Amino acid sequence: MSKTRLFAGFIAIEAVVLLALYTGSLNRVNVKEPEMALKRKMVRVMRLTDVAFWTEARYTRHPSQADFFAPFQDFPSSVDHFPAGSIVPPAQRHVTR
Amino acid sequence: MKGNGRIIEYALSTLARRKFKNFSIAVVFSALIAVLSSILFLTHAYKTETLKLLDNSPEIILQNMSGGRHELIPTEYIKTLSGIAGVGQITPRYWGYYYDSLTSANYTLMAVDENMRDIQLIDGRMPQTDTECAVGRGVADLRQAGLKDDFFLITGAELSVNLKIVGIFTANSAILTNDLVVMTKDSLIKFFNMPADKATDITVEVNNPAEVSMVARKIRRAFPNSRPILKNELIRTYDNIFNWRGGIVLTMFFGAIAAFMIFVWDKATGINAQERREIGILKAIGWETADVLTLKFWEGAVVATGSFLTGLILAYVHVFYFNAQFLAPVLKGWSVLFPRFQPMPYIDIYQIFVLFFLTVVPYVAASVVPSWKAAISDPDAVMR
Repeated sequence: MSKTRLFAGFIAIEAVVLLALYTGSLNRVNVKEPEMALKRKMVRVMRLTDVAFWTEARYTRHPSQADFFAPFQDFPSSVDHFPAGSIVPPAQRHVTR
Repeated sequence: MKGNGRIIEYALSTLARRKFKNFSIAVVFSALIAVLSSILFLTHAYKTETLKLLDNSPEIILQNMSGGRHELIPTEYIKTLSGIAGVGQITPRYWGYYYDSLTSANYTLMAVDENMRDIQLIDGRMPQTDTECAVGRGVADLRQAGLKDDFFLITGAELSVNLKIVGIFTANSAILTNDLVVMTKDSLIKFFNMPADKATDITVEVNNPAEVSMVARKIRRAFPNSRPILKNELIRTYDNIFNWRGGIVLTMFFGAIAAFMIFVWDKATGINAQERREIGILKAIGWETADVLTLKFWEGAVVATGSFLTGLILAYVHVFYFNAQFLAPVLKGWSVLFPRFQPMPYIDIYQIFVLFFLTVVPYVAASVVPSWKAAISDPDAVMR
């Protein structure tokens, strides 16, 4: 039964590691809860509407404020105005940075 | 149970006989699970954190429209707005964008007000005079500036404005503040040369959340040129964005998924002559069809389960300990200023179960089905 034991041991170790990671994640979320509360307060007090992930264009910095209604729309996943939009690479400074 | 144990032992011996082939399958399977889980973990973590934060956004943001575009909004609207039943606090917001040619980055400039003075996620303090500012961690790093350093901005009229940095938002608030430059209202109005009677937009709180859409309709009636953006629209937008970004990354790995599916399909539609002969011999020495199927089930389950768990562990470590190093460039896009990837480990167990049923179950089924065809045939015919 050596191979079965070896395999069962391997699966058990993986399961324990995963369980530890999962409980660790729950714990990490709990530990970070006061920080989250401060961030929520920041959103409320500063009246923020968007997260600062993508700063390359207005409609990526503030997707919720994007002009879905305007002619020549700019918003995430909008139809590109020109075919070149899909083949022109980023400016060199963005690539090298 | 004892019989099952022996069959598992035999299945492991069979796998060990073709160890290179099975090891290769396990590596590919684990890598595929790791990639798919990384995408799911990362997008779910960021989506959850973003939605939890933005749930505290204003109920309504009122924009003014002119010529089909967003336009500055007259602050005199506030008087009419406060007369609408159900409307709570009304606050004008002053903010705008600034392209910094020194660093090729875009900043968001924002005016501070009295309520913002007790923000805690800041080293230093919020600006109090027209010559002071507070900046996000990303801006400070990009400009290599610290507290009490000077911060230059160039106005539209090519005039230099010199502010002193009195506060830097902490790195753990970067998801909200990374590109912010906060200054006093007077300083911002002067910098953008805004008319004194206009603001960028107006936030409107509603006393009863159930009345938000009704209040928005009343606002539209009072100001036909305005555009009220509701909080639930804002949350829906972010929900879509993260699903979309996750979808794009999944599409990039579609080739790998397709290759794996073809491999599973190939396995399901036939077994090679050696495996067929092996099944014939087992049947000839007295194994039942059910025993052969149990054997094949375990062969598939051993590879799939081991690979699935390994892939999940790799994905977790990649996303939450190594900050998704391999996926970060795709999610960053062209941003010069991007907050450090530090996703909060929000895990959706449901997603893991879905992934399990979409990968492990088909693989195990693909191991059993062709063997069933061989196992119900005459052993003599199978061995020939």
